Amino acid sequence: MHEILDQLSERRNVARLGGGQQRINAQHGRGKLTARERLSLMLDEGSFDEFDMFVEHRCTDFGMQESKIPGDGVVTGWGTINGRCVFVFAKDFTVFGGSLSETHAQKITKIQDMALKNRAPIIGLFDAGGARIQEGVAALGGYGEVFKRNVMASGVIPQISVIMGPCAGGDVYSPAMTDFIFMVRDTSYMFVTGPDVVKTVTNETVTAEQLGGASIHTTKSSIADGAFENDVECLLQVRRLMDYLPMNNTAGAPAMKAFQESTEIDESLDTLIPDNPNKPYDMKELVLKTVDEGDFFEIQPDFAKNIITGFGRIDGRSVGIVANQPMVLAGVLDSDASRKAARFVRFCDCFNIPIITFVDVPGFLPGTAQEYGGLIKHGAKLLFAYSEATVPLITVITRKAYGGAYDVMASKHIGGDINYAWPTAEIAVMGPKGAAEILYRSDLSDPDKIAKRIKEYETRFANPFIAAERGYIDEVIMPHSTRRRVARGLDMLRNKSLDRPWRKHNNIPL
Amino acid sequence: MFKKILIANRGEIACRVIKTARRLGIATVAVYSDADRDGLHVRMADEAVHIGPPAAAESYLVMDKIIDACKQTGAEAVHPGYGFLSENAEFARRLDKEGIAFIGPPVKAIEAMGDKIESKRFANAAKVNTVPGHLGVIADSDEAVKIADEIGYPVMIKASAGGGGKGMRIAYSADEVAEGFSRAKSEAKSSFGDDRVFIEKFIVNPRHIEIQVLADKHGNAVYLGERECSIQRRNQKVIEEAPSPLLDEATRKEMGEQAVALAKAVDYCSAGTVEFVADQDRNFYFLEMNTRLQVEHPVTELITGVDLVEQMLRVAAGEKLSISQDDVKLNGWAVESRIYAEDPYRSFLPSIGRLTHYHPPQEAHDEYGRTTRVDTGVMDGGEISMFYDPMIAKLCTHAPTREEAIRHMGRALDAFYIEGIQHNIPFLAAIMEHPRWISGKLSTGFIAEEYPDGFFPHDPDEAAVGVLAAAAAIADSINNARRRTITQQITDNGYAFPSYRIVTLGSLSVPVSVAGERPSYTVTLEEQGEAMIVTSEWVPGQPVFHGTADGEPFSVQMRPIMNGWRLDYRGVQVPARVYTEMEAGLVALMPEKVPPDTSKMLLCPMPGLVVSIAVEEGQEVKAGETLAVVEAMKMENVLRAERDGTVSAIHAKAGDSLAVDAVIMEFE
Repeated sequence: MHEILDQLSERRNVARLGGGQQRINAQHGRGKLTARERLSLMLDEGSFDEFDMFVEHRCTDFGMQESKIPGDGVVTGWGTINGRCVFVFAKDFTVFGGSLSETHAQKITKIQDMALKNRAPIIGLFDAGGARIQEGVAALGGYGEVFKRNVMASGVIPQISVIMGPCAGGDVYSPAMTDFIFMVRDTSYMFVTGPDVVKTVTNETVTAEQLGGASIHTTKSSIADGAFENDVECLLQVRRLMDYLPMNNTAGAPAMKAFQESTEIDESLDTLIPDNPNKPYDMKELVLKTVDEGDFFEIQPDFAKNIITGFGRIDGRSVGIVANQPMVLAGVLDSDASRKAARFVRFCDCFNIPIITFVDVPGFLPGTAQEYGGLIKHGAKLLFAYSEATVPLITVITRKAYGGAYDVMASKHIGGDINYAWPTAEIAVMGPKGAAEILYRSDLSDPDKIAKRIKEYETRFANPFIAAERGYIDEVIMPHSTRRRVARGLDMLRNKSLDRPWRKHNNIPL
Repeated sequence: MFKKILIANRGEIACRVIKTARRLGIATVAVYSDADRDGLHVRMADEAVHIGPPAAAESYLVMDKIIDACKQTGAEAVHPGYGFLSENAEFARRLDKEGIAFIGPPVKAIEAMGDKIESKRFANAAKVNTVPGHLGVIADSDEAVKIADEIGYPVMIKASAGGGGKGMRIAYSADEVAEGFSRAKSEAKSSFGDDRVFIEKFIVNPRHIEIQVLADKHGNAVYLGERECSIQRRNQKVIEEAPSPLLDEATRKEMGEQAVALAKAVDYCSAGTVEFVADQDRNFYFLEMNTRLQVEHPVTELITGVDLVEQMLRVAAGEKLSISQDDVKLNGWAVESRIYAEDPYRSFLPSIGRLTHYHPPQEAHDEYGRTTRVDTGVMDGGEISMFYDPMIAKLCTHAPTREEAIRHMGRALDAFYIEGIQHNIPFLAAIMEHPRWISGKLSTGFIAEEYPDGFFPHDPDEAAVGVLAAAAAIADSINNARRRTITQQITDNGYAFPSYRIVTLGSLSVPVSVAGERPSYTVTLEEQGEAMIVTSEWVPGQPVFHGTADGEPFSVQMRPIMNGWRLDYRGVQVPARVYTEMEAGLVALMPEKVPPDTSKMLLCPMPGLVVSIAVEEGQEVKAGETLAVVEAMKMENVLRAERDGTVSAIHAKAGDSLAVDAVIMEFE
């Protein structure tokens, strides 16, 4: 009997070594951790239960029957993050470069099926060389199975992808369909076709880093939601993110003990808005002073910085924050900002995370670049996302809410549950200067006259009270009480229930 | 006594005056420029009058506006604070004419002491020590030696027409005087075309010591001990204390009596300060008299128990001094740190912006006779503008002994939390730990000598490591426990975290175990095997970790950073992270990323807007040539080439809004 038990231990030890010590050393030499090391960091210590450790491929072409390694390039199983169940798979670069075979894909789909059936999040760690060429179409079939399951799970359980090495070709589409993608700087890259193919086809010379490194995908393409310095930093942050996310689309936002009272007021907010309406201020200060303990997990911090998206907690419960950032492009809505915020709003709505929107928006960005780039439809995405949302929506207008952008930013008209405005709010069809110049075109030649007109318009419309008179604003609030107001509002909206007419699915302008 | 006074100042001193006025039941009027509309002094005063645009020359310095404000509000008297119009004789005269009392000395005293030569003349007449020297023409080197012998060595030989250090020689003996005299003479001739030189006593390692005097309009005057202000950076006082560690009772008396004699000689009334330079042997010489309330007056108030502003008000109202010289008793020791909005790590460049967090330590008086006093002119959410003095607050501590006052100051500085601007608190905190400062062996060259290359964050010493590791490990343990309160867990069994942790402080790894629960913990530094009892009520979200370690109180500032905190303590600034043993083992495998070499880049020195880029890619530039202009808070900053080179790439264009350290251009 003992011998049999020893045999199991022996087999496990072999499997755990993956591609062998030499390859592990090489992996470390590249500044990367092994699949199992990564999982041990990301999950609660000792909580990882591995499945399919002994799975091997069934390929016999190209002499593959001679090289079989238990696990077949992916480590799968489940564990907990702060006591909550998550399913995981981690590509093992030390085994066939992490490449995807039929059996490798089956290990992943097994975990995907379990995650969906048990309504728990799934996290994939990517570090692999794409399809296993030796298997050909069987590998492609495997990809398809994975993709399909990503889509089935979308909006039911949170899916997170972490890119920690190469991720190319077929491998990129699974992450692309998950909720969040994180990357590790300098050691990870993502692209559909690599630098060699690019060179052959377009004659462009480009490095892997330039083509699909972390900085490209977090600043230019917006494929990735965040980039981190190394494996450890990245995985610890994934743990942190998971604390904001619910297990599934019916569990409701998670909560944990809060240390900061939501009844506290913060008088420093009373001076946040500068006297000069054209002077920027940092909206992030308001975000940090509204959420519990100033703890805010920003999503896409380096892309379309004119809008801020991310997670925080109020009274210990997760909330999503969307906020115009006057520090960047005056907080204007452009195509990038609209897409970024729309996707975030839809994620929150999928998973019942209430959304708090801070508004200081001068409008949509004018110009041919924007119009040619499809601003109408990109802007419509955000409008659509807010309008279809059924989660609690609390909106606070701090300063400008001009034109169509006012409507878009979770206004009362499209479903805002509680719409607050600071006394500094200006809710109007456009800024006083622009309005006066259109209304009094004949006075344009006389600077004194037009200045007077602008002043008149400012006095009449550059305030929250016109909108409040119509009930578009529920209450004009003191800036210092923002956190308290928002917290009370969330309490009131705890049991919000809203039904939509039956349909197969809506048709958001993609 | 007055019923209503106007304070012709801003910032902390305006607030300081308002506090005393309020205590005495006197109504207060503040004045403010556009930049101070939301200022703390405006909030504190009973009334406030707007006096114009931000520039002081168009607001706080305009006498008409101040006088109008008095008339408009019915203020009977004006307290000028320090700076601005405080030593302006014309202003005092104008107020006299308008029948408004000036809370300060008479016009004549201001005039007499405001003039360097005049004030020396008065000082001599009042038998006040002045720096020995010979201002007349010196015929030859023999005469020079004779004069030098009389003065005493070392002496300074200086060109009469000279400026700066040019033509200046220091001689330690008769021979050196003889040689130096002829050389100084010829140098003066060639440099200035004027070969006249003079000889003056050279004071080695000078110290700045000043005497606080208080006089009424009835001929009574007292001195309230001295203050030492030797810790200066480029002639700007940084740290002051009272009394001075240099003085003995006899010297104090001598200096005090001379100061009073001078005050009486000019019919001084109100509070005033007679400044002296002293050598290490307690010889002292008159420098000048400041006819106003000094910035550093609180240290005198702390050791004498006299409210100087109250005395100024009473004197101005014509009351007689209620204290005689015999009543003046110096009690304990007081230290003042000036909090400046400047970046100690970037050669003390001024820093402006919004105070997103401003939490000074609590003002308190404890059972051990220790006092913390905060004179602040700003508040949480306030704005530091470029228009005025960068000093935003003064932090004072008082204790029975100098050592305790310094220790108390160290702790108070650690508890002073400011975000949004750069400030000199780390520098001040580092000085409080400096052995030379603690020993009291000071001179006005202290900062230049001890920090010749500027100030840099330094690594924690052994004592600091214990406190920092404990604070980080406790914070981590609270965070872990709270994370386990999250809903939707799969079991209800609870979870016990292993107490063993590796705390990294920069490149240092410290194994630590934490046991216990808020507010009492036992922290064991595994390598020393020492257990420390730490108490703290800290919870996540608080910027300062206040606690005691084995009974000794401490405060550590904790700013959240990626997976950890940046800790600030006693001038140490270090990133801290807390790992399990397994995590620490994996962290060790992570490559160390070398920060990009920025020596070949032009970085944006402050957040601002690019006004223009003056060069093109490929262009050769010479050191000193303008590269770009960046506007920050309406102030244009010209960025110049530090050395010759060629521009290889430009990353910004006019109109771009840049963060601090954003790369503007690169060089080959």
